[in-house]
Amino acid sequence: MRRAVLTALTVLLGVGAGLAADDPIAARKEVMKANGSATKTAIGMLKGATPFKLEDALAALKSYMDAADKGPALFPEGSDKGDTKALPTIWANKKDFEAHFAKLGADSKAASTAITDEASFKAKFPSVLKNCGDCHELYRAKDQ
Amino acid sequence: MKALLALLAVALLGAGAFWLVTAPGALDPEIARAMAAPGDAGKGEMVFWAGGCSSCHARPDAPTELGGGAALKTPFGVIYAPNISPEGLAHWTPQDFAHAIYDGVDDEGAHLFPAFPYASYRHMSVVDVRDLWAFLRTLPAVKGEAPAPEFGFPFNIRRLVGGWKWLYLPHVAPSQTAVGDVDYGRYLVEGPGHCGECHTPRDPLGGPIADKALTGAPMPDGKGKSPNITPAGLAKWSQDDIETALTLGFKPDGDSLGGAMAEVVRNLGHLPRGDVAAIARYLKSGG
Repeated sequence: MRRAVLTALTVLLGVGAGLAADDPIAARKEVMKANGSATKTAIGMLKGATPFKLEDALAALKSYMDAADKGPALFPEGSDKGDTKALPTIWANKKDFEAHFAKLGADSKAASTAITDEASFKAKFPSVLKNCGDCHELYRAKDQ
Repeated sequence: MKALLALLAVALLGAGAFWLVTAPGALDPEIARAMAAPGDAGKGEMVFWAGGCSSCHARPDAPTELGGGAALKTPFGVIYAPNISPEGLAHWTPQDFAHAIYDGVDDEGAHLFPAFPYASYRHMSVVDVRDLWAFLRTLPAVKGEAPAPEFGFPFNIRRLVGGWKWLYLPHVAPSQTAVGDVDYGRYLVEGPGHCGECHTPRDPLGGPIADKALTGAPMPDGKGKSPNITPAGLAKWSQDDIETALTLGFKPDGDSLGGAMAEVVRNLGHLPRGDVAAIARYLKSGG
């Protein structure tokens, strides 16, 4: 029984990984979801709703850098079709789109050395966050 | 013969009624008088950001250079935001400006297409409009003229806009709402903020459906849908969540606002925090 469950789990995991590799839409959603949950934590700290933790701030920046690295490859030609809010403007302005990822990566990297305590977090983090809206403004459809 | 004459009479009456209904009216004389007094450009700057003028009339990287030119896609065709810098409106009087804001009529007495949100702006107080005009006059003069709208027949007939106004323009006396009033949030939402222009669904003629105000709608440019921002739609959002979204640009789940809302967040960033709180309070409570 235990073995059957294990096998089933392994198969499920395998399918999941396979999906991510073959399905750029699913893969980029995962990356963005990770950003979203890291950002949720960061915003709580920015507002003072949750206590500041340096490692959480740095983890959020790490998540953004990760997204900036993986991002461009996750939007191959033709992946505007399917369950996605990616706008065709991405492929019409590929260079600019990728420059947005590069800026996100560079800003996050700079912030991860500049942020050392709560004061520097509150001063520096919001400008990193501007990258999210700046890119979604141009390249993502409004959702319901 | 008699029947024919009767038919002709009806047709003439119909044409006459159409002509009357669709004729651009004159500016309310009281507003015209009020506009003659000098405005406060400093206060006008706040109206400018609340009104989101830059979103259409300027590029994101130079929000106070109002040279226009941005293409606005609508279901009826493409319209280009005009130059409203002191150069573009060089010959406009304060009264011309008020006529555009309240009645959607330009300096030559022609109808403006309602892509310019005068159906919302007409809720604004005369003091705010006067201050806004004073502020606009302090901005840099930018050269250039926007291309003519690319509307197909029959939407290219400006006179028809008169019919649209007759059907849809809300009958409101210019608001007397002032900063700090309980109703100030509603004023910002319905007037300068013109939230309903994207968040209220429209009928096939492009008229807002009043009893579905702010319940969310397809974006005019076709890029997705705007969400329901009525108290029911925001049931899971606290007032603080709404303020965070409007100031930092993030939803409670950590996702950022995108599309046209990114620009709105940039604009609202110039307003006093209390104004944003008033907007959030109104959206959350509905009144």
